[in-house]
Amino acid sequence: MNMDTVIQPIYLVSALLFILSLMWMNHPSTARRGIVSGVAAMVAAIGGTLLLPEIHSYNWIIVAIVAGTVLGVPLAMVPLTAVPQRTALSHAFGGLAAGLVGASEYYLFLVTDKHPLSGFATGALVAEVILGFLTFTGSLMAAGKLMEIIPTRPILYKGQNAVNLSLLAVAILAGVWLVCSPLQWWLFPLIIVLALTFGVMLIIPIGGADMPTVIALLNAYAGLSAVAMGFVLNNKLLIAAGALDGSSGLILSIIMCRAMNRSFTNVLFGGFGQIQVSAGGAEQRSVKSATAEDAAQIMDAARTVVVVPGYGMAVAQAQHRVRELYDALTKSGVEVKFAVHPVAGRMPGHMNVLLAEAEIPYDRLIEMEEINPEMPEADVALVIGANDVVNPAARHDKGSPIFGMPIIDADKAKTVFVIKRSMNPGFAGIENELFYGDNTLMLFGDAKAMLTSIVQALKE
Amino acid sequence: MWPHAFALLATAGPETAPKADFLTLLYVLMLATFTGLLVIRNVSRLLHTPLMSLTNAISAIAVVGSIMLAGTQETGLTTILGTVAVIASMTNIVSGFLLTDRMLKMFKKREPGKS
Repeated sequence: MNMDTVIQPIYLVSALLFILSLMWMNHPSTARRGIVSGVAAMVAAIGGTLLLPEIHSYNWIIVAIVAGTVLGVPLAMVPLTAVPQRTALSHAFGGLAAGLVGASEYYLFLVTDKHPLSGFATGALVAEVILGFLTFTGSLMAAGKLMEIIPTRPILYKGQNAVNLSLLAVAILAGVWLVCSPLQWWLFPLIIVLALTFGVMLIIPIGGADMPTVIALLNAYAGLSAVAMGFVLNNKLLIAAGALDGSSGLILSIIMCRAMNRSFTNVLFGGFGQIQVSAGGAEQRSVKSATAEDAAQIMDAARTVVVVPGYGMAVAQAQHRVRELYDALTKSGVEVKFAVHPVAGRMPGHMNVLLAEAEIPYDRLIEMEEINPEMPEADVALVIGANDVVNPAARHDKGSPIFGMPIIDADKAKTVFVIKRSMNPGFAGIENELFYGDNTLMLFGDAKAMLTSIVQALKE
Repeated sequence: MWPHAFALLATAGPETAPKADFLTLLYVLMLATFTGLLVIRNVSRLLHTPLMSLTNAISAIAVVGSIMLAGTQETGLTTILGTVAVIASMTNIVSGFLLTDRMLKMFKKREPGKS
């Protein structure tokens, strides 16, 4: 019997389960069903593949599955503040797998006669290898920046974009040449080296604040490399699952770009944060600061407090203190809400996960568009480690690099508290008008320590 | 009769691989991309981080191609590369699903007893 008549239906079921898995992610109440469905889909995909008649040896597969599991379990146990770098590492593994499979396929074509390559398949192979290897090094660089092994500030030099684009162009040209004459084997390692280099160069000019977009984009690349692999191996399941992954990465990158009012090209080639060095001038404005006791008193008397968390909360690991504050305020009858900006943190949805970890009910986490109309009614806005996403300059200052970016209107609350270490400008190096507002009181100090003192004062 | 029906559906097996039906593959790509775009648009923003770790696991579908290389053992080099690729993909599958599950467990509604 032709095993294909068994395997193809299994693959079909697997693809369906992958779609259901993503569909159930639309709400927290069904999301865990999505995992069951996803696992079932993957088991079906692996099981179906193992049935292939040409697979006659299982020893290396078993060794690799065990090794992958041993590596995977600790990677799943990282603290939630480290999820962005884990995700970047995971994209790197995905890219590596695709690149290695692509390279092997080409090698088999060269040394055996069982793997003929059509022009179309060669093209797909080139795409798979370029996407796979650029995702590999690009994601490693992104992970390095997120772990702060590599400087997180954008590194820029003259002609950077020209260098990057010509690297990619040469790689694509070499690919086209290879499609035309597939036996020019030396082109293949050249393409790999160019793709690896391009991945590194692509991430060098990108700053930490742009990481959410870049991680989402690398997610899409990892998916697309699986699609290309599907075209090479003539496998519909690879194409379907890869396309699902690619569209997810694409949608997330679009959401991130919109939340920053920037285009893809601007994120990739913009070098955010270095543009305006001279703007703003040396004008000295005064800020008002307050103590934890003042803050506690005002918040205790408030009806509604809106907390605006940012990456600084994650850095200070302050989410559990935020929960204590939430408990203390809720207990004295204050309504506490959390305003989450789409690009707060270092990856899409980062703040939501951190606050959920601190056991803050998810119906308290409000999206930017929903909370903004309520902001003028809020008695207190408490900004914890957020900066650019609450800068009112984005609304009116045409000269500001963040002009036009949608922000959380924290400044419209009756009183604004900003927990901040010092007056140093934020990641993008842009002065924040909010700090100088008439209704703004700065709470200088470490977020965790400051929140502890506020909770302490509330309890007294 | 069923095997025949499936055999008709599944025209592009490894045996027929050289004469792949690219148009069919492009159809799959087109339909899956649109399905993906429509489904992902409805994913709650609360869950974007878990979505990303879930799609990490899904993109490890590359494990299919990796297993083929590691299992057919045509040359020493491709067996080694295939094995490394299976390890990389398996790492993503295991950590992707486990991490997603771990994060989703944390999303709770307000307990009814508390105000």
